[in-house]
Amino acid sequence: MTERTDLKQALGRLLGPVGPEVGCDDCFDQLDRYVELELAGQDAEREMPGLRAHLAGCPACREEHESLRALVRGEQLL
Amino acid sequence: MNALNAATVARVEPASPLPTLVRAPASLDVESREWLRSLRAQGSERDAATVRLHALLLRAARFEVARRRPTLPHLHGDELEDIATEAADDALVSVLRRLDDFRGASRFTTWVYKFALLEAAVKLRKRSWQGREVPLEPEGWGLFSSAGLESAAEAEQGELLETVQSAIAQVLTPHQRRVLVALALNGVPIDVLAERLNTNRGALYKTLHDARRKLRKHLQKCGLALDNWLEEN
Repeated sequence: MTERTDLKQALGRLLGPVGPEVGCDDCFDQLDRYVELELAGQDAEREMPGLRAHLAGCPACREEHESLRALVRGEQLL
Repeated sequence: MNALNAATVARVEPASPLPTLVRAPASLDVESREWLRSLRAQGSERDAATVRLHALLLRAARFEVARRRPTLPHLHGDELEDIATEAADDALVSVLRRLDDFRGASRFTTWVYKFALLEAAVKLRKRSWQGREVPLEPEGWGLFSSAGLESAAEAEQGELLETVQSAIAQVLTPHQRRVLVALALNGVPIDVLAERLNTNRGALYKTLHDARRKLRKHLQKCGLALDNWLEEN
């Protein structure tokens, strides 16, 4: 039901990710390596625990992750 | 506030007790080594490398602008190009200042792209909120109408909302409450709120993180363990 879905999404945003996560600084510092590992099909989360949780909880870092991934992936396809 | 300082997230205090990532040692690939060598050279060689680097950053900034363009219908092509150019300029300053931080954990081009994407994204978020009021008080609770729910579900949802609202009002500090409500409920971009509160992204996220943990702990004490429910489809 839409209302329940909306409520769930809002509560999800309020409560954030479960478990440990890194902060925005560490996320920015490690984002380039994380993206390259992802695109190489490797387990980026195992190498950088807590980064995936941060991306789930921080919309700004998530958007920048998506952009970097798309940009680098596009270059690899050229 | 200097736009570069506002956009850069690498200077803020560590978000303890979050884990600190360990930088993986790596050897430089040939292209990355050449970038570093030429940017550390003297005279015309360094100037030429700087021009090439700016072109790379401008490409990344334009990429970000193009991705966000559909959400910015009020901005014209010239304005968007100005934003991309400013983002590339600011990213160039950041990259050159932090050149020694590059350890080869990724390719040099991937490392520099993130600076341009960050600068462009921050500028575009701020631009899209320019002149708008930043709501710091709850605005969104009324959106969760119980219309269409069966009476038991309606009562359950009402109770849940009441408990969460009460927890936000009671257990958080005023600053935590403002930050949580603005970012997580009202959808204010973190860089916009950081500028309005004269702080930075890292510090605000630390506040958000602490508020979320406090709220989650309180709800668990109230017998509301929501994680399983939130994960259900």
